[in-house]
Amino acid sequence: MSTELATSTTPAVKAGLGGGGRSGWGAGSIRPVLIILVLLLVAVGIRQPDFYDPPVLLAFLKRAAPLIILAAGQYFVIVAGDFDLSVGSLVTAEVVIAARLIDGDPAATWPVIALLLGFGLLIGLVNGVVTTLLQVPSFITTLGMYLVLVGAVYTWTGGSPRGALSEEFRMFGRRGIDGVPVLGQLPYAVLVLAGVAVLAVLAMRSDFGKVLLAVGDNPRAARLAGARTARIRTIAFLASGLAAAVAAILLGGFGGVSFQVGQGLEFTAITAVVLGGVVLGGGRGSVAGAMLGALTLQTLLTLLNLLGVSGALSSAVQGLIILAAVAVGTLRRRT
Amino acid sequence: MSTGTARSRLRLPQLDATNGVWAALAVALIVGGTLVALDGGSLFSESSTISLLQRAAGLGIVAVGQTIAILAGSLDLSVAYVISLTSLVAAETMAGSDGMVLPAILAVLAVSAAIGLVNGLLITKLRINAFIATLGVGLLIKGYLEQGYAGPAGSVPTSFQHLGYDRLGPVPLSFLLFAAVAAAVWFTLRGTRYGHHLIATGGDLDVARLSGVRTDRVLIRTHVICSLCAGIAGLYLASRLGAGAPRVGAEGGYDLESIAAVVLGGTVLAGGKGGVTGTVGGVLLLAVIDGVFNQLEVDSFFKQMVRGVVIVAAVAVYALRLRRTSDRRKAAVA
Repeated sequence: MSTELATSTTPAVKAGLGGGGRSGWGAGSIRPVLIILVLLLVAVGIRQPDFYDPPVLLAFLKRAAPLIILAAGQYFVIVAGDFDLSVGSLVTAEVVIAARLIDGDPAATWPVIALLLGFGLLIGLVNGVVTTLLQVPSFITTLGMYLVLVGAVYTWTGGSPRGALSEEFRMFGRRGIDGVPVLGQLPYAVLVLAGVAVLAVLAMRSDFGKVLLAVGDNPRAARLAGARTARIRTIAFLASGLAAAVAAILLGGFGGVSFQVGQGLEFTAITAVVLGGVVLGGGRGSVAGAMLGALTLQTLLTLLNLLGVSGALSSAVQGLIILAAVAVGTLRRRT
Repeated sequence: MSTGTARSRLRLPQLDATNGVWAALAVALIVGGTLVALDGGSLFSESSTISLLQRAAGLGIVAVGQTIAILAGSLDLSVAYVISLTSLVAAETMAGSDGMVLPAILAVLAVSAAIGLVNGLLITKLRINAFIATLGVGLLIKGYLEQGYAGPAGSVPTSFQHLGYDRLGPVPLSFLLFAAVAAAVWFTLRGTRYGHHLIATGGDLDVARLSGVRTDRVLIRTHVICSLCAGIAGLYLASRLGAGAPRVGAEGGYDLESIAAVVLGGTVLAGGKGGVTGTVGGVLLLAVIDGVFNQLEVDSFFKQMVRGVVIVAAVAVYALRLRRTSDRRKAAVA
């Protein structure tokens, strides 16, 4: 018991002071994920020598952007001690809604994007309010939301997606600023990603971020210290909903409109966050780690692809790597 | 723990979270029965009762296993893939011959117990969070299934298909299997030392360990039993489908659905409180909702929405009750 107490207080203190506990090996540190990422990047570089040409690298970042953004959103929820299992279905819902409402009409693009962001916030708000005010465990709240969203999308479209996205809408996922020196084309997705990353890191360095970590580490203590825990946790869900909306806009640009766009993304995002050293149950880990976790996962998938591992087997390798990474992380913490 | 439940039972007449689900089931039967009757059908006709019980059986067997995992403060996200895998193990081992039924059953039990053992070891010895550990194991099995199988494989002899299709009066054999599994687990929880240790472990891991409970062993055993239940469900589905199906578990959503059924039954997701009887109620409630919507020929996607709302609403009501009782208890203490 006494050792438990010791391990549970020190990293939290460190996290509170250092803006996310970046030093050392323990839980919440980003060093393990950085090492894995570097190893994977070296391996990718050996396999595909032109990987580090700016355009190729940017294209890779573009593909990784939606998952990294989702992981950032999921991080806020997880570090506060909750889960958001609804993000995958929310991404699907957003893309299907966009296609149906835009229906190929370029003039509808901007209003629909505003609507999508609003819808993401709304779903986050419902998740947050049900979880905090009605005190339903977030696992159940967001599982229910997942069922509702999947059901609603299918019911609304009658079983197959309708409409089409406008070229203006797809611009965010597909195009970029041309003629940038050295880089060639700078994809919009990478700009959006950079914006989200900066905002997320700033948020975690603000008072909000510190209170969020405190709430996740010990909700009771945080409440007694005057934190408005319900409001803080709800804001975390809002962030996750908004991140899902942004990711959906990018994903809509990449591929076609289908019910499979967001399938399984909730688990991938949670995996990425945990890979980044964030502890399920809250209170430990940094948002930078979560985003690096997502980047690592994407690099792993790229490497498996380059090595010619079939898509089917890659989920097995993915499972193995995740188990190994998390196990190493926790063993390090004990010694 | 035991005095706590005894006291709450004295204070609260009848309705705590675990039997709240039976009230919900009664309401669903009355309202659903009336709606179906108004529509010109009958919810209680023999054929619809049979299909209702049959639907309950598969999910029920998995949910009973999930119940003890959740009671122990853990959870198992790999069950869906265990179901698919064991349905294939069963069908491929049998390969249509009657003589291979028993070896196939033994093989299924061995495979599922081994997976449960791996889950338990990952969680206790490597201290990986149960969510990630079972998700990772699930991904491993999923990769194996997708790599090795494109579609249904193996075949089940007619003698084994009796499990999926026969019935005693209006009660399908599969439902009896579900009842037997539930009863066995119920007895294990109530009547054995392991059962009491499990509740203690789920209630507070550190307190249990300091009181001398070998929590690691309890958790490993729990995950083995949970996987065995998923394996039994895989056997049932193989007999029902006549072959092994690599995607039957994931497509049926058995991982999240079983957790939903457990929580509907009043078992607390954090562990330590709840029981198998509540889960049986939760499974029946989901089956009745399914049955009513099928009879009314409501769109199956709409059904899913309603299911999501019902699950969240039920848990919200339980949480409200729990708060009221604890408030009352606090007031009594003060």
